[in-house]
Amino acid sequence: MDARLYDMGNIDIAWCPGCGNFSILTILKDALAELEIDPHDLVIVSGIGQAAKTPHYLKCNLFNGLHGRALPPATAVKAANPRLTVIAEGGDGDMYAEGGNHFIHAIRRNPDITNVVHNNMVYGLTKGQASPTSQKGFVTPVQITGVYVEPFNPLAVAIALDASFVARAFAGDQEQTREILKQAVRHKGYALVDIFQPCVTFNKINTYKWFKEHTYYLDETHDPRDRVAAFARATESERLPLGVFYISPDRAVFEDNLLAYRDNKEPLYLRSTDRQEKLSNLLNSSK
Amino acid sequence: MNSSDLSVVICGEAGQGIQTVEHFLTRVLKHAGYNVFATKEYMSRIRGGSNSTEIRISSRRVYAFLDRIDIFIPLDKDAVSHLRHRLSSETLILMDAEKIGTQVDVEGYRVVNVPFSRLAAEAGGPIYANTVAVGVLAGMLGIEAGIPEWYIKDRFSSKGEDVVGKNMQALGKGMETGSGLAASSGLNLDITKDSQISDEIILAGIEAVSMGALAGGCDFIASYPMSPSTGVLTFLAEHAADFGVVVEQAEDEISAVNMALGAWYAGARAMVTTAGGGFALMEEGVSLAGMIESPLVIHLGQRPGPATGLPTRSEQGDLELALYSGHGEFPRIILAPGTIEDAFYLTRRAFYLADKHQVPVFIMTDQSLADAFYNMAPFDLSGFEVERHIVETDKDYRRYVITPDGLSPRGIPGYGDGLVVLDSDEHDEEGHITEDLDLRTRMVDKRLAGMKGIEAEIIPPELIGPAGYSNLIVCWGSTINAVREAMERMGRDDLAALYFKQVHPLHQDTAGYLAKAGKIINIESNATAQFARLLKIHTGLDIEDKILKYNGLPFSVEEIEEKLSGILSM
Ligand SMILES: Cc1ncc(C[n+]2csc(CCOP(=O)(O)OP(=O)(O)O)c2C)c(N)n1
Ligand code: SF4
Ligand SMILES: [Mg+2]
Repeated sequence: MDARLYDMGNIDIAWCPGCGNFSILTILKDALAELEIDPHDLVIVSGIGQAAKTPHYLKCNLFNGLHGRALPPATAVKAANPRLTVIAEGGDGDMYAEGGNHFIHAIRRNPDITNVVHNNMVYGLTKGQASPTSQKGFVTPVQITGVYVEPFNPLAVAIALDASFVARAFAGDQEQTREILKQAVRHKGYALVDIFQPCVTFNKINTYKWFKEHTYYLDETHDPRDRVAAFARATESERLPLGVFYISPDRAVFEDNLLAYRDNKEPLYLRSTDRQEKLSNLLNSSK
Repeated sequence: MNSSDLSVVICGEAGQGIQTVEHFLTRVLKHAGYNVFATKEYMSRIRGGSNSTEIRISSRRVYAFLDRIDIFIPLDKDAVSHLRHRLSSETLILMDAEKIGTQVDVEGYRVVNVPFSRLAAEAGGPIYANTVAVGVLAGMLGIEAGIPEWYIKDRFSSKGEDVVGKNMQALGKGMETGSGLAASSGLNLDITKDSQISDEIILAGIEAVSMGALAGGCDFIASYPMSPSTGVLTFLAEHAADFGVVVEQAEDEISAVNMALGAWYAGARAMVTTAGGGFALMEEGVSLAGMIESPLVIHLGQRPGPATGLPTRSEQGDLELALYSGHGEFPRIILAPGTIEDAFYLTRRAFYLADKHQVPVFIMTDQSLADAFYNMAPFDLSGFEVERHIVETDKDYRRYVITPDGLSPRGIPGYGDGLVVLDSDEHDEEGHITEDLDLRTRMVDKRLAGMKGIEAEIIPPELIGPAGYSNLIVCWGSTINAVREAMERMGRDDLAALYFKQVHPLHQDTAGYLAKAGKIINIESNATAQFARLLKIHTGLDIEDKILKYNGLPFSVEEIEEKLSGILSM
C-alpha cells in the first residue's frame, strides 16, 4: 500500500520545526502502509500532549480523548469491535504519569492493541516541566534545582508485569523503528513501543546527538523470550538498548476471554438487539 | 397488631444468614399469594455487627419501610439493643432463650421461647437454623408445606440429597413449632391471599436497573465496585455470555468511564455503575461525553457522603453533584426512578435517550431502593424495540456537521466509507482540533441546541392523590414509596404528591402543579433540600415546609405520617 494514502494534505501541524514527532509520523504511516492496514479499519486513540496530536495528522479513525486516558478507550474499542486495528498513542507524561495506572492495568489485561509512546523525557505541551522519564538533574522552571526523583522505567515495569511485547526505538532511526513498529502491530496482544523522541524546544539535554551516543541496538545474542535477560537489559543505564526486549510466550488476549465472544464472534454493533425472549425467561426466573 | 399487615424483623450479625432467610421467606410467601416487601439495613462489615431485614406481609401492596415491628426474631444478643427503639409492648419476640436468653434484657416485652438452635441441631446442625426460622414463620401463617418444600428442592438439590433432607427436617420442625405458636400466642392474623400474586415477580431495585439495562440493549459495562451500585456489575457479569455483554472491572472509575466512552465510539451501548465517591472520579468522563457528543449511561447509586460516608446506608445527597458534574456547558438528562418498576423502565429508557440525543444520561437510585424488593406484575416487554442511532458513513462523513437541531448523525469506525474523528479539544465539523473562536461559538451553540430535542420528551412528574389538592408533597426518587403509603394511611382528600422521576431537565408542567397548591411540602433524603433548590431555580418558588432526613436510613411510613400531620395542622 502507498503511504500517501494516509496523507492529510495541506494541514497545519502544531509541532516545532525539527521535532522528533515528525519523524514518528512518517514512520507510523510507512509501517501501516507496509502492513496494508486500511485507514477505515484503523483507530488511533490518544490523550493530550504534543505527541497525542499525532492521529490528527494522518488519515484514520481517531479518538483523541483526555489527558492520560488513551488506554482505557483503546481497550474498549478493541473489545467492542475486535476487527479494528487499535493503536494507543501519546507522550511520556500522558501514558506514564496521568495514565500510569491504566498503563499497568492495560498490560495486565493484554488487549490486542499497540501502545506507542513518544518519550521526549519532558512535558512539551505545557512548556517544559519534568516528565516521569526525565533524568536526574534535569532543570526546568518547576524542578529548578534539577529533577531529584528516580526516573520511571517503563520497559522494566512492563517486563516485570510480563507484558506481551516490549520494545524501544529511536525516532532518529526511521528504518529500524519502522520495523519494530510493524512487529508490534502484527503482534497479537498488548505491545509497548517506547520511542525516544527529541524535543528540540524544551529538552536541550536529550538531543538527537545525545540519543545517538547513548543508545545501541540489541543483537542476536539477546533472546526476547528470556524475561530475566530482558529485565536486565531494560535496567541498563550507561547506554540504553533499542530493539525488541521481550515477547511473552504465553499471554492470553483480553478480548478472547470475554464471555460476550464465547458464542458469537461478531462485533457488538452488528448483533441483533432483539432480547425479548431472553428477557422474558429472565423475568420468569424471578417468579 | 394490625391483622392484615404484618411486619417481621430478623436481626443478627453479618454472616448469620439473614439474607438467606429473607430470600427464602419472601419467595415462599409470594408463592402462597401474599404481598411481600423486604428491606435491609446493614453495617459495612462482613462479619459481626448488627444487621436487620424487615419483611412485610400484607393484604395490600406494600413498598416502604415501616418502623413498627410485629414479630421480632433476634439472632444474637446485640439484636435487641440494636432495635429496641422500634419494639413495643405489642411486639412479639421469638427468641432462642437457650442460646441468647440469659444475656439480653427483654423485661416488659412479649417473649416466646423458640429453640431455633436445638431444632436445627436435631435436623442436622446449626446451619439449618435459618430453615427452622422460615419454617416457624410459615407455620404461624399457616402456609401449605408444599411451597417451602418446593423452594428447598429448587435451591438445594444441587447440593445433594442429604442437604435437601436435612433442610426438609428443619422446615418440618419449624413449621410444627410455628403452627403451635399461632394458636398459643394469640396472633390473630387475617392477611388476604390473592392467587394472582403467586405468578408475579420479585425483584430488588438493583436487579431491575440491571434488567432495564439489558432491555435497553446494554452490551458493555465497565465499573469499579462500590456499594450500593455493584449489583449491576455482578448481574451483567452473570448474564454476559447469554446476552453478549462485555463486562470489565476497571482499575478505577476514571478508567471505567473512559472505557464506556470508547465502547460507545466503537458501536457498543455502554454503561457504568457507581456511587457518589466513584462518580466523583468519573466527572472528567461526563465532561468528555459532553464534548464529543457521546451517549453514556451512568447508574449512580447514592449513599451518604461526604467522602466514604456511610458505605451501606442511604441518602439522596448527590443530585447537585450529578447535575453540575463535569466542567464546561453541555446537555444531560437525569432520571430518578423511585419504584422498582420505574427502575426497570427508566434504565431501559436511559439507553434510548442517551443514544438518540448523544448525551450522558443518569439513573439515580439509592441504597434503600437498590436493596429493597417486593412482588409486582412482570414487566411489559412488548412494543419496545432497541433502536440503534448509528449511521453508515460515506466518504465525506463529518462527525460534527452542524445541523439545525444540533444533532449530527453518529457514525462509528469500520462501518461505511468515512472516518470517524473525535477530539476532547474544541473541534471543527470533521472532529479535528481547532482554535477558530467563531467556530467555537457555533460548536457550543450546536451542542446546547440538542437540549430542544431532549425537552420534547421529558417524563412528566406523576401526580398521586386527588387532582383537587390544596396541599402538595414534592419528592423525587425512592422517597415516593413511604410518602405514598403515609398518604394512604392518612386518607386526606386535600393532599397529593408530585413524584418526579426525571429531575433534569424538569417538565414544563412543574410550575403549574406547584402554583395550584396552597401549601407545598418538600420531602427528600438529604440535609439541604437539593431538589427544593432545583425547583426554585426552575419555578422561582421558595418551598418553606420541608421534611428532610439524613441519618442514613430511609424514611419510614410512620415518620412521614407524623411529620406531615404536624405540618398540615399548622
Ligand atoms: C487533566 C489534565 N491535566 C493537565 C493537563 C495539561 N497537560 C496537557 S499535556 C500535559 C503533559 C504533556 O506531556 P507529554 O504527555 O509528555 O506530552 P508531550 O507534549 O511531551 O508530547 C499536561 C500536563 C491536561 N490537559 N489535563
Ligand atoms: S515542544 Fe518539543 S515535543 Fe513539542 S513539538 Fe516542540 S519540539 Fe516537539
Ligand atoms: Mg513528553
